[in-house]
Amino acid sequence: MSEAVLEVQNLTLKFGGLTALDDVTFRIDEGEILGLIGPNGAGKTTCFNAVTGVYRPTSGGIVFQGSSIVGLKKHKITQQGIARTFQNIRLFPTMTALENVLVGADAQHATGMISALFRLPKHRREEQDGHDRAMDLLRFMGIDRKADELAANLSYGDQRRLEIARAMATNPKLICLDEPAAGFNPAEKVELMNLIRRVRDRGFTVLLIEHDMKLVMGVTDRIVVLEFGRKIAEGSPSEIRDNPAVIAAYLGVDEEDAS
Amino acid sequence: MNFEFFFNNLPELTITGLAFGAIYALIALGYTMVYGVLQLINFAHSEVFMYGTFAMLWTVMALGGREADGIKLIAIMIAALFAAMLVSALIALVLERVAYRPLIKRDAPRLIALISAIGASFVLAELMGLRDRIAGWLRLDDDLSEYVSGARINNSMAGVIEKPRWDVAGVSISSIDVLVIVAAVGMMVLLDQFVRRSRLGKGIRATAQDPETAALMGVNPTRTIQLTFLIGGLMAGIAAFLYMLKIETTRYDVGFLLGVKAFTAAVLGGIGNLRGALLGGLVLGVAENWGSAIFGTEWRDVIAFVLLVLILLVRPTGLLGESLGKARA
Amino acid sequence: MKNRFTAMPKPVKILIWVLLALFAYALPLLEPPIISTPGVDFGGVLFTVSIYCLVALGLNIVVGYAGLLDLGYVGFYAIGAYTVAILTSFHASWPLLLAIPVGVVAAMVSGIILGAPTLRVRGDYLAIVTLGFGEIIRLVAVNTEWLGDTRGIKNIAKPPGIGGEEGWFQIPHLFWGDGTVLLDSDDKTTFLFFGVLDQIPYYWMGLTAVIVVLIADILIKNSRVGRAWEATREDEDAAELMGVPTFKFKLLAFATGAFIGGLAGGLYASRQGFINPQSFLLLFSILYLAAVVVGGQGNRWGVLVGAFLVAYLPQRFRDFDDFRVLAFGVALVLLATLRPEGLFPPRRTVRAKHLEQELEELEEGAGGEESARV
Repeated sequence: MSEAVLEVQNLTLKFGGLTALDDVTFRIDEGEILGLIGPNGAGKTTCFNAVTGVYRPTSGGIVFQGSSIVGLKKHKITQQGIARTFQNIRLFPTMTALENVLVGADAQHATGMISALFRLPKHRREEQDGHDRAMDLLRFMGIDRKADELAANLSYGDQRRLEIARAMATNPKLICLDEPAAGFNPAEKVELMNLIRRVRDRGFTVLLIEHDMKLVMGVTDRIVVLEFGRKIAEGSPSEIRDNPAVIAAYLGVDEEDAS
Repeated sequence: MNFEFFFNNLPELTITGLAFGAIYALIALGYTMVYGVLQLINFAHSEVFMYGTFAMLWTVMALGGREADGIKLIAIMIAALFAAMLVSALIALVLERVAYRPLIKRDAPRLIALISAIGASFVLAELMGLRDRIAGWLRLDDDLSEYVSGARINNSMAGVIEKPRWDVAGVSISSIDVLVIVAAVGMMVLLDQFVRRSRLGKGIRATAQDPETAALMGVNPTRTIQLTFLIGGLMAGIAAFLYMLKIETTRYDVGFLLGVKAFTAAVLGGIGNLRGALLGGLVLGVAENWGSAIFGTEWRDVIAFVLLVLILLVRPTGLLGESLGKARA
Repeated sequence: MKNRFTAMPKPVKILIWVLLALFAYALPLLEPPIISTPGVDFGGVLFTVSIYCLVALGLNIVVGYAGLLDLGYVGFYAIGAYTVAILTSFHASWPLLLAIPVGVVAAMVSGIILGAPTLRVRGDYLAIVTLGFGEIIRLVAVNTEWLGDTRGIKNIAKPPGIGGEEGWFQIPHLFWGDGTVLLDSDDKTTFLFFGVLDQIPYYWMGLTAVIVVLIADILIKNSRVGRAWEATREDEDAAELMGVPTFKFKLLAFATGAFIGGLAGGLYASRQGFINPQSFLLLFSILYLAAVVVGGQGNRWGVLVGAFLVAYLPQRFRDFDDFRVLAFGVALVLLATLRPEGLFPPRRTVRAKHLEQELEELEEGAGGEESARV
């Protein structure tokens, strides 16, 4: 077994009286695509938010590459190597596609006021490096021709792709995709599945939240199932498919409902 | 620092402070309710109050308040109260219609709405400040000269009413201060009950909690917002009336300082929280009066600002927390 | 026209900028009719315009780039002015060139002291806190004898000239007669003497500061810092999750804005020779904000136009002076409700076109349908 990139240990998160996550434990290994699924309100996005530092866990641990990231600031977690996309797209609408990706690339940069003001070598080097990386990622996503369009003016699909490019630009070890296929038609979903595999092939570990069972089954190596904030199953796609608890949890839930 | 003066006059200082605080609290309602429903700092609310003071002043002067006494004076004062409430409510509604509704409809960013509010505030204040020029263009100088002249200087109704002082156990108490405190607290209690129990009040609370769900449940959001501004305006009108009874002079720019203080009171008590506005107003009024006794009256306004900055840093949700929507206070 | 400009080779572009700058420097000597202000010293008006431009550029960094609504900007301006006044006249007699840097640093430090705790509170609360800050600064000046209380501070140092009172040389102004333009030999400006009568050297000083700040603005905006500001303004949480230390950058924007505000205040104090708390009313914070919002927050050129309008119009049309607050109030409401992006919103089309061309050259026909779109 390869090395764990992220370990979520007995993670519990309470909002007032409501328990959003209850003693959830799972791990992601290097180079793996892990699916995190569950019915609406199962705590998938909450789990994401805890991992990326938006929420502070009530108890439990989150260990990233061997060190705890609980309580770290959001930007520190990103700089350490966890990047994410958002369920409802959150690009910087008044910035161009290229600039959006550059913001991501800047996560690993340190240019400050002084080097920018005097165009010191650090600024030049980082700017060149960021620009190259950003254009490379835009090409990878197939939206390089739209590099100088405002993010707000991109099509829906391109905005989703741009979000992934922006997350990849932070040079993460682990990339968390929150329902990247939401609002896609079947053809686009197939394309996205291939894309996610190619993201992994570039050396990223992928944590994927997805509603669409077909997509999840097709692309993931392993799946963790949440229901009412609890982990009810974990295993390979074929194991999950036949797991009675999972079937029960999904009974009556429209699988295609990707809202 | 003058602690001796402070301790010798503590009861008087406290009562005067409470009277100021009661006025702040009434104005604070306009900030707190609008913030509760729209999450918007109703920056121009101070001008709603300022127009109320002028409505009061001019009504008293027009009805011959200087010469009247007895029953007639009381009747004039009641008329002035209604005039102040009416004018303030009207200004508040106009404000909502012109400066806010277009932005709410577009779901504009809060900073843009705040900029619009600041603009509206300056327009309203300057219109009052330049009223002599405007009256001149409309050739109203002769008829209205008494009300209009010297737009930028103080306008006073000093001496219209007598203010007896009572001596209670060696403490000299101004009857006006008592009236102001009782009237303001009474209005706050009434309003609190209204918002808590009436159907319209429940609509306000529902909209504050979750505008979309409230709209789906049949609460008309535009009407609710209007109602919020209307109540804020009426309360500012009462505040203006009480303020004029106590201070007796007003200016076109009187709103600014009172507005900031009332906003401080709202934040102090927990913005969006009606009972918080009362508590915040009273605490601020007393703190300010005590502070100016100790440090000197020239620091009076600095105290309010420093308090505002401190609260926002230490406890930005205020003393009682933020909750127009929630049932608990 | 803009396209043609971007298509020009770089030396030509630089030449055009230099010519524009020279024209700006020469403006008060040319005294062109229509623009020049009858009855008010044109050089003095232009100096005021330059200070407003400086302030607007500074406030634009805070409001336009970083999206922080600052209603107490005049406070930093006051700190710069008072520091210069105290150091050159009231409590010491430093040379101006030493006092201005100290004033600027004082303003910046106060920006950090104010910003460090308050930039964590919600955006609209920040507006009120800064408003309180601006008023506290003024009230402290009013109430403190050490700061000259309401009487203010006199005899603030002038900038050092070059070549004494005679200067190096004298430049005659133009005189516009009926259909003729003459050199007016009675009306000359000394290069470079900062006196009392001729305001033009002060304008040159202000304009130089504006140009320096403008270049710095361009360099900073077009870097990691500028991008971080914009991302923070657009979506603070998303920016944070993309690795932007938003708090640090907000504080940086605040400090940079304060720095420029302090500089403007220092220059103003030196030209004026006299300051009192009346020069730092809340009203000015609002006028500065009007300049930024009217011009188009986030667009440095729009903001300069806004500053010009706010500073120049009341001087050009003196009868209008009483109404300027009213007019700018109306402008704020109208712009917020009808055109929240301002008269000159930031534009990217120029650069967008530029890159499109570059890509086409690289890919040559690979995307035929898209090249047809240009």
